[in-house]
Amino acid sequence: MPERELKKKAAPQRREEEVDEAPTATAQGDKIKAELDDLLDEIDEVLEANAEDFVKSYIQKGGE
Amino acid sequence: MAIRKILGIETEYGIITRGAEESNPIAASSTLVRAYATEVAGQPGRTRGVGWDFEDEMPGNDARGESLVRSYAPEVETHLVNAVLTNGSRFYVDHAHPELSTPECSNALQALLYDRAGEEILLKAMAGARNLLPEGQEILVYKNNSDGKGQSYGTHENYLLARSLPFGRIVTHAITHFVTRQIYTGAGKLGTEVPGHRTDEVPYQLTQRADFFEEEVGLETTLKRPIVNTRDEPHADAKKYRRLHVIVGDANMSEAATFLKLVTTAMWFAAVEDGAVEREWRFARPVQALRQVSRDLELSQPIEMADGTSMTALEIQWELLALCRDWAERFGLDAVGEEAGRQGLALWEETLAGLEDDPANVADIVDWVAKLRVIDGFRRRHDLRWNAAKLRAMDLQYHDLRPEKSLARRVGLRTLLSREAVANAITEPPADTRAWFRGRCLQRFSDQIVAANWDSMVFDVGAASLQRVPMMEPSRGTRDHVGKLVEEATSAADLIARLAT
Repeated sequence: MPERELKKKAAPQRREEEVDEAPTATAQGDKIKAELDDLLDEIDEVLEANAEDFVKSYIQKGGE
Repeated sequence: MAIRKILGIETEYGIITRGAEESNPIAASSTLVRAYATEVAGQPGRTRGVGWDFEDEMPGNDARGESLVRSYAPEVETHLVNAVLTNGSRFYVDHAHPELSTPECSNALQALLYDRAGEEILLKAMAGARNLLPEGQEILVYKNNSDGKGQSYGTHENYLLARSLPFGRIVTHAITHFVTRQIYTGAGKLGTEVPGHRTDEVPYQLTQRADFFEEEVGLETTLKRPIVNTRDEPHADAKKYRRLHVIVGDANMSEAATFLKLVTTAMWFAAVEDGAVEREWRFARPVQALRQVSRDLELSQPIEMADGTSMTALEIQWELLALCRDWAERFGLDAVGEEAGRQGLALWEETLAGLEDDPANVADIVDWVAKLRVIDGFRRRHDLRWNAAKLRAMDLQYHDLRPEKSLARRVGLRTLLSREAVANAITEPPADTRAWFRGRCLQRFSDQIVAANWDSMVFDVGAASLQRVPMMEPSRGTRDHVGKLVEEATSAADLIARLAT
């Protein structure tokens, strides 16, 4: 499994680099957070109007 | 050499009727199927689609070869609505759910394509049903496996295996993969539905289905569900083939997850069939292991093995991947399709490496990760408890098929298929399995087809008796094999005459 050995060794090295280049890592983190914030704004809009009723009325019979 | 791993997926969809005083799921499911067969697929001059032929249905046969008193064979429901579609699928009512079975596919990429086409068929059926329903009513479907209140419905995979492979070996290796693949096949779920436990004992888990499995091996699918289902109904030459009916999986919204679930399983059984898997991984308690893995969000808990050692699901998956790589080098990828096999191995490695480093890396591949990211984000933003109604609504709405409502369509999942390919697969059958013959005959001669099922078609060509065309070889009846004959036939009677010579 040479690929796996490489991956396993590569991961800690990358973490060390991230420490050296903290600003980049933070920028990346901010970008991910901004994306999630946008997504959550959108979800506020598309979520079923009455969540409580929706969840209560979602009743299924067993299948298969 | 392993036989070609022909495969397919059956999906039972959750269903509700909005705007009705009482929701009758059987009636609603029938309405959907009828709406598609008549309103959408529009077979002119027919009020119903081509029906299903139940002649060869034997869901009570047990692969273990003995009749077990404690096993209950499911009843075949012949009275409910059934339609066979021109893309080779079967769209029908099973218990209280609309169910779509993809056609037989030659590889996992193709099976993904027809699973996606199935979603589009359900969407069209929902739109068509509006014409059949009273004003203000609407039928909605959800591609999930649980209502969050203790009721589950299935997404079943099917794989063609060689009959010569002893069933005991299948069981051992199947349990190993089914327990550990959950780390990337899980569709995610809030809470637990194990009877006798409070829902919020488990805030969130990897899979929809693990709560519902109580046995290692068995014939049932609706109660005391087993990790390995022994239904022995090959829908093909039973002397040569076995159809492994896999009931333990989740319905996936992620194309990459659906593909990965299918390709890893097809490859794993191909490797087993070729004798490339010498080692066995036996769990001390498989049912407990299934639930343990489903609840281990950190992917770090070791599973206790029968020999007293322990390994994590991730560690075992790395070993299965390594074995499949070795198998591919020795035997080639013919059994799973070159392209699907190559892409499958790469995605498998990418996914395990991503999960190992930080599951957030695979939020575009793995459903449980994508769903958790958005539910947990919402929970933190609004400071909610894990069992809050809004979060539970999100859990359901992740699986809503409607583009304007689906959360899965919004979370940034990777797509593997083009829109054109999916649109085409709604009406066109796969070219390289017997589904081509079924689908193309339905396109050309639907008026003369009385009924169809997986391994035969029945024609009424005006002769004294109906003509049954058997299709016991899933890899024959392809476009290459019978294309010329079917295209040149001027009528169903001519087709039957040509097939007889």
